[in-house]
Amino acid sequence: MFAPAPFLLKDVSVSQVMIQVCVALIPGIAAYASLVGPAILVQLVITTVAALVTEALMLKLRGKPLSLFLTDGSVIVTAWLIALTFPPLAPWWLVVTGTVFAVIVAKHLYGGLGQNPFNPAMVAFAVCIVAFPALMSQWPSVGLQLGLIDQMNIILGWAPRVDTLTGATPLDAMKTALKLGDSSFDISTLLANQDIYGNFAGRGWEWVAAGYLLGGLWLWHRKLITWHVPLAFVASLSLISGALWLYNPSQFASPLFHMLSGGAMLGAFFIATDPVSGCTTPRGKLIFGAGAGLLAYIIRVFGGYPDGVAFAILLMNLCAPVIDLLTQPPVFGMKDKA
Amino acid sequence: MLMDLFKFKGGVKPPSNKLQSNHLPIAQAPMPSRLVMPLHQSIGGTPRPIVAAGDHVLKGQMIGEADGWISAAVHAPTSGTVVEVAMHVRPHPSGLDSLCVVIEPDGKDEWIARTPIDHNAAAPADVFHHLQQCGIVGLGGAGFPAHGKLTPTKGVPMDELIINGAECEPFITCDDLLMRERADEVVRGIAVFRDLLQPKKVLIGIEDNKPEAIAAMRAAVDALNEPFSVVAVPTLYPAGGAKQLIRVLTGKEVPGSMRSTADMGVQVFNVGTAYSAWRAIAHGEPLISRILTVTGNVHAPRNYEVLIGTPMGELLALAQPHPDTDGILMGGPMMGFLIPNPQVPVVKTTNCLIAHDDRLFPPKAPEMPCIRCGACARACPHELQPFEMYWFSRAKNFGKTQEYNIFDCIECGCCSYVCPSRIPLVQYFRFAKSEIWAREREKNASDQAKARFEFKQLREEREKADKAEKLAKAAAAQAAKKAAEAAAAAAESGADAAVATAAPEMDAKRAAIEAAMARAKAQREAVQPKNTEHLAPDQQKAADEIEARRVAAHLIEDRVSSEKATAAPTAQLDPKS
Amino acid sequence: MDILLAIAIMALGAVVLGALLGFASIKFKVEGDPLVEKVEAILPQTQCGQCGFPGCKPYAEAIVNGEEINKCPPGGSEGVQRLADLLGREVKPLDAEEKPKQIAIIDENTCIGCTLCIQSCPVDAIVGAAKQMHTIIAQQCTGCELCLPPCPVECIHMAVIPETIDNWKWKYPVVAMQVVAADKAAAIKEAA
Repeated sequence: MFAPAPFLLKDVSVSQVMIQVCVALIPGIAAYASLVGPAILVQLVITTVAALVTEALMLKLRGKPLSLFLTDGSVIVTAWLIALTFPPLAPWWLVVTGTVFAVIVAKHLYGGLGQNPFNPAMVAFAVCIVAFPALMSQWPSVGLQLGLIDQMNIILGWAPRVDTLTGATPLDAMKTALKLGDSSFDISTLLANQDIYGNFAGRGWEWVAAGYLLGGLWLWHRKLITWHVPLAFVASLSLISGALWLYNPSQFASPLFHMLSGGAMLGAFFIATDPVSGCTTPRGKLIFGAGAGLLAYIIRVFGGYPDGVAFAILLMNLCAPVIDLLTQPPVFGMKDKA
Repeated sequence: MLMDLFKFKGGVKPPSNKLQSNHLPIAQAPMPSRLVMPLHQSIGGTPRPIVAAGDHVLKGQMIGEADGWISAAVHAPTSGTVVEVAMHVRPHPSGLDSLCVVIEPDGKDEWIARTPIDHNAAAPADVFHHLQQCGIVGLGGAGFPAHGKLTPTKGVPMDELIINGAECEPFITCDDLLMRERADEVVRGIAVFRDLLQPKKVLIGIEDNKPEAIAAMRAAVDALNEPFSVVAVPTLYPAGGAKQLIRVLTGKEVPGSMRSTADMGVQVFNVGTAYSAWRAIAHGEPLISRILTVTGNVHAPRNYEVLIGTPMGELLALAQPHPDTDGILMGGPMMGFLIPNPQVPVVKTTNCLIAHDDRLFPPKAPEMPCIRCGACARACPHELQPFEMYWFSRAKNFGKTQEYNIFDCIECGCCSYVCPSRIPLVQYFRFAKSEIWAREREKNASDQAKARFEFKQLREEREKADKAEKLAKAAAAQAAKKAAEAAAAAAESGADAAVATAAPEMDAKRAAIEAAMARAKAQREAVQPKNTEHLAPDQQKAADEIEARRVAAHLIEDRVSSEKATAAPTAQLDPKS
Repeated sequence: MDILLAIAIMALGAVVLGALLGFASIKFKVEGDPLVEKVEAILPQTQCGQCGFPGCKPYAEAIVNGEEINKCPPGGSEGVQRLADLLGREVKPLDAEEKPKQIAIIDENTCIGCTLCIQSCPVDAIVGAAKQMHTIIAQQCTGCELCLPPCPVECIHMAVIPETIDNWKWKYPVVAMQVVAADKAAAIKEAA
């Protein structure tokens, strides 16, 4: 007779966890769609289908039961994160390449669910931005109003990709300004002129970030994530950006700007909190979040890429095992001795 | 009655399922057809059987006597005849047999003479002995002999005596009902423990989902005018774990490695233990019955006072199990186990029987890989990292599991309860622990074998050396004797030829031998190497000595081989003993 | 001039490092061969000689000097695994059939009291005297089987140690089903 205690189990499962993560992404997706149009929804469909097909194939090859693993939802979270981090008008083959790479190399070659040392979506992003830098930095201009059909045509390559379609994201604008090295130049005026950020009353990227923040707080409320990683991420990012901003407000953007642009909120609440590739001890999570925030800022401001969240998280993924090892919490009864 | 409570980290809130069984008073279970008393019912030694098949026993008569300090006697739960003393299955997850005394009741339920003890007048050692003789053990689950916990650790003041009425496991209500109905005797039992331990405070912890029990206990404490505090503790599994209750009530954290909580100045007893200790002291009644919840997939769940040794199947029948019942769970659903068959008897630590079916306890969904979500670590009341221990247990890397403090795990099941991947974590930890213990046993055995092997080798060498020495001595003595004889003979023959001719035949023979030896010597000298011809006297002496040793060695060799054939060495005792 | 300076610096470095190494080798000198002890600690100390060496220590020494690690049947495949881990060698299948742990039992009715088994027991686990019945101290018996061949009346047999509540172990959760399958396979084998 093989039936170990406990006989009562809480009604939780991996797929429930993953579904809730997807639900938490919805506010951000809604804000994103209202900003750039239905293209993002098209991308979500493309990545989801590509991810599911690749996952099924890999499970088959690895001899794992499809019914159990295909429904766990982990691959859908990966697919959605890829869709949300890639440019919404990126050609279909680019997002598919990213997705397939993420599922095959970053996930299954390391042993599948629960075994991947790096966040698969971030691996996809890093690989594509290194391999296709031009396509990966073509973001749609915010004022652009294209219908579903037009956007689909662009994504599927049936319509020409013209330069007028794309514009600068807030981070691109900041980077360009920094690169010019013009000390008389004021970053806040530039951003205000771009009409893409900071204007909470209207349309702008800050709403997307706010959507992710909302979803993230809900995840925290549902106890699917703890406060450690997002708080440490936000704190370290705002501390360093705040310090440099106070030092020279015309050269360095404000903490609020850094918080609400690019992948900061998505990264803080949805990617850096990935338990598989992140830290698990409370102190380790604080270090992980703080390190990711700091690295993201350094790459954004001093590095070669407009946004550094993906690389920052991958670098911290690399450190996670050793951070965990060094931050083991003292067990019950051993606190004063530790 | 307000006091500051502390919190322990982790814990879970499974559905309590206590309401089914706590609305009816305790009922007396009918006399079973036969009683099976396992001799080993507590932590520690196995009591020795002191009855044999065919003996007639009275109710409360000792049938197994304690074999050491941490051991408690077992008694006949009713009067009747001993059918056999044999191996029967006892409630244990292994489903293996152990030695049991089987009694067929005669229906008279005739008591043996009972001797109460005045614990105020008697010496503590006598009270301990009385409790041990009455077989009083912890009824909360572990079954530690109660008398073994009633001595404070030397040099550590006993601050708090904690009485555990938390009863945190779902379904179980036996302590609840005991406190409601027999609070007076429980409090009197606590007073005995208090008198023996002399703590500064006595705290009675009861989970706040048992308001009736709390009220009854408060009333009893007031009625007896005792300074005990009855504290309602928040309902959170496993608040009834000894170390968790200590934490909640006193803020002290007893490390997992600490063997006795008394080392921290705290001692914990279950309310049931206090009750049965009072029965033993005031009425001389040994522990032969206990209160037990029968619940789960049954028509009429309730609590029964049950004789120890009653087959569980007969008890379950009282509660009318539904037809789809497919097993009996002993203990709660978090830490209990399925018993192998309904003939398994109730033992002192059986607090609950749950009829198992798939509706109450749905079959486990298939196990998924760990996603390191950390839910287990957040739920662990001992603040361990279960998922790390799981990786290493799974990989059988037991050294690493110990680095992650696997032996601090109390197997409460919180981690398995919250795991979204439905990994049987506790099972992995139990596996790892028992493998580590087995390895420890093997290591001890191999160390001992090595020591004994080395000692045997040493002994054989020593015996050889001793023998050689003895023989060398004997040979030397013989050689000296011979040399002396020869010298005497030579002197005789040279000085007095007349004596030689007058000597008997024997002497003639000896002379002939000597002549032959002289010839042989002359011959040998003739073929001697040249460099020995003109030796200095000291050189010659050295050479002779070598020669003598050679002869002695030959003798020794011969003697050893002849002795070996007849020698019969006896077994040697262990070098340590 | 530069070349000379470079050579001088390198030479100085070599001297300093050499001195450091020399100092360390004296300061941290290890007496004896700790590897032999580590290997011996893994060996089960049955002293049975099934490896072809007269005891566990000689075999440990031989292993360190290059002998195969798969010659210890009482250590089992787990022992081979641990030796391989310690020495960084390849895991090899055990050079014998793996047996469950056994102990020797003397049939006391047949025993003639010849003491030959007592002499052969490497761990002094047999008690008795000449022309008296002998018996085996079960706790001390390592199951080496060295007492079987000398017995002139073949009154010693090996018995598998039975599972009791004291030595019972919790099973590995996942493999539970595979164990059942293996048992079945064994049963089929026996039947065939």
